[in-house]
Amino acid sequence: MIEIKGLRKEYSSTVTIGDIDLTIPAGGITALVGPNGAGKSTMLTIVGRLLGADAGTIEIAGYDVSSTKSKDLAKIVSVLRQENHFVTRLTVRQLVGFGRFPHSQGRLNRADEEAISRAVEFFGLTDLEHRYLDQLSGGQRQRAYVAMVLCQDTDYILLDEPLNNLDMRHSVQMMKHLHQVAVELGRTVVVVLHDINFAGHYADRICAMKNGRVVEFGTPDEIMRDEVLTRVFDTPVTCVDGPNGRLAVYY
Amino acid sequence: MPDLSVTPTVPAATAPQHTGSGAFPTADRQRRYWLLVGVLAALSVVIAVGIVSWNNPMPFGTEGFWRIAQMRATSLVVIALVVVCQAVATVSFQSATNNRIITPSIMGFESLYVALQTAAVFFLGSIGVTVFQGVTQFVVMIVLMVGFSLMLYGWLLSGKYGNLQVMLLVGIVLGGGLGSIATFMQRMLTPSEFDILTAKLFGSVSNADASYLPLAIPLCILSAGALWWRSRRLDVIALGKDVTTNLGLHHRREIMIVLFLVSVLMATTTALVGPMTFLGFLVATLAYQFASTHEHRYVFPVAILTGFVILGGAYFVLKNIFYAEGAVSIIIEAVGGSAFLFVILRKGRL
Repeated sequence: MIEIKGLRKEYSSTVTIGDIDLTIPAGGITALVGPNGAGKSTMLTIVGRLLGADAGTIEIAGYDVSSTKSKDLAKIVSVLRQENHFVTRLTVRQLVGFGRFPHSQGRLNRADEEAISRAVEFFGLTDLEHRYLDQLSGGQRQRAYVAMVLCQDTDYILLDEPLNNLDMRHSVQMMKHLHQVAVELGRTVVVVLHDINFAGHYADRICAMKNGRVVEFGTPDEIMRDEVLTRVFDTPVTCVDGPNGRLAVYY
Repeated sequence: MPDLSVTPTVPAATAPQHTGSGAFPTADRQRRYWLLVGVLAALSVVIAVGIVSWNNPMPFGTEGFWRIAQMRATSLVVIALVVVCQAVATVSFQSATNNRIITPSIMGFESLYVALQTAAVFFLGSIGVTVFQGVTQFVVMIVLMVGFSLMLYGWLLSGKYGNLQVMLLVGIVLGGGLGSIATFMQRMLTPSEFDILTAKLFGSVSNADASYLPLAIPLCILSAGALWWRSRRLDVIALGKDVTTNLGLHHRREIMIVLFLVSVLMATTTALVGPMTFLGFLVATLAYQFASTHEHRYVFPVAILTGFVILGGAYFVLKNIFYAEGAVSIIIEAVGGSAFLFVILRKGRL
């Protein structure tokens, strides 16, 4: 369970995020949606302690994010930013191997190697595992980053727009993978999504944000409604019943 | 020449099977790495033997031969020290700052050294050159340079807006400012004073005084050893702040430790032989090109050996062919620079 209480972040007097009070239950996929600048990524990075908050407390599985040792938190929660660029030249397998750092401090043992192989295989990267990241397509690279985070073996996984740069096919695959991660491996996945229909179909819960606050939190059925989405996104949205569930039409 | 058969000493315990998760993606790359280390080590030995025994006027084996060899061995130790300092410091600095095209030299160490030396001559005349000679002065010089950089890092990295890029920028600006002040003072010197000063400002192995070594050697070994010991952390830090934090390291603390050790190394080498702006950069870049790995414990040895081959080679050539053992930094910048461009343009990436 992720518990956020009174979270505030002030960039300037006009740009503020918060107060946010939110409880994300353990298990399943929780999607963060909302218009640009709503504070989705900021909230996610603060929860993942990549950014400091100005006020408020965050507890992940009962551990206070600000007071728990970073080293211990790294075994509880992992977080991936939207933009990743490394000066270091790494192969897929080497990158994924870094996910084991919190467990083995860089000295990979047999168990680590197995975990790396599992993560690489899980995302269908086995054939590419010795390729350098700069030799991969955007979609393959994105999968490699998520594989690294998965390899970290944490109960909580926070991803900032993992569908960024992915085409239709790879977006669907990525969401299916994340669904598998949540269901088969029992992890809690929190993910920022831009496409409301992906959220509606794959997420177990949707958290809608607007102007730095959480405005809606509920199951896809509760959120995928004309009036709710129109209000959240400030644009006319009509929800229709599609072949695989409800779809938001906004164009 | 001693027997230098290149036997790969792959530690069996850590790599029972080559999986490619470690430093090298394939076993072939690993073999190539150890071959490279072997070749560089062999070259280093050849250069070391050359420096000590080439043109030794006494016949081999006599007492006089060994006496001369011993005197020359001091230069060898200085070269090794400088190379270890520059190589380890630059590789670590580039990882800490996530930037492969900068060197710690630009962070004001060398400008401070130049400014202090110039100020001494400016205010005291030719006698000023001697002001910074002696073990106490050597210590003062190191303390000043480390203090300067600690102030910079501490101030710029710990504030609310603490930011690596800002720190680098301020470092470069301060370095440039000190450099300009030094240039201004140099303008006002008499030609003879300027001549004496210039000799100090070119990085040169012969600048080093053997009496500094008992202090410089432990400083170098301790700092370089500490960075070596933290090499797995450096691997992570090189991936940037976010990944470092995510993997459970306290990014700012790690950066401060690395920068402190780097500043000790840079201060030691600069106080010992003077500025060698390009050497560290050249060595670090070539090491990444040659070693083809991201793991620091494999990059460090290649960087050190490459540095020894370059600096030792330059020293040997200057001393025995041009009879000008002074300004090695000139040949390093000319020849090393071209070699550097050649390697980069051929491979097409940093």
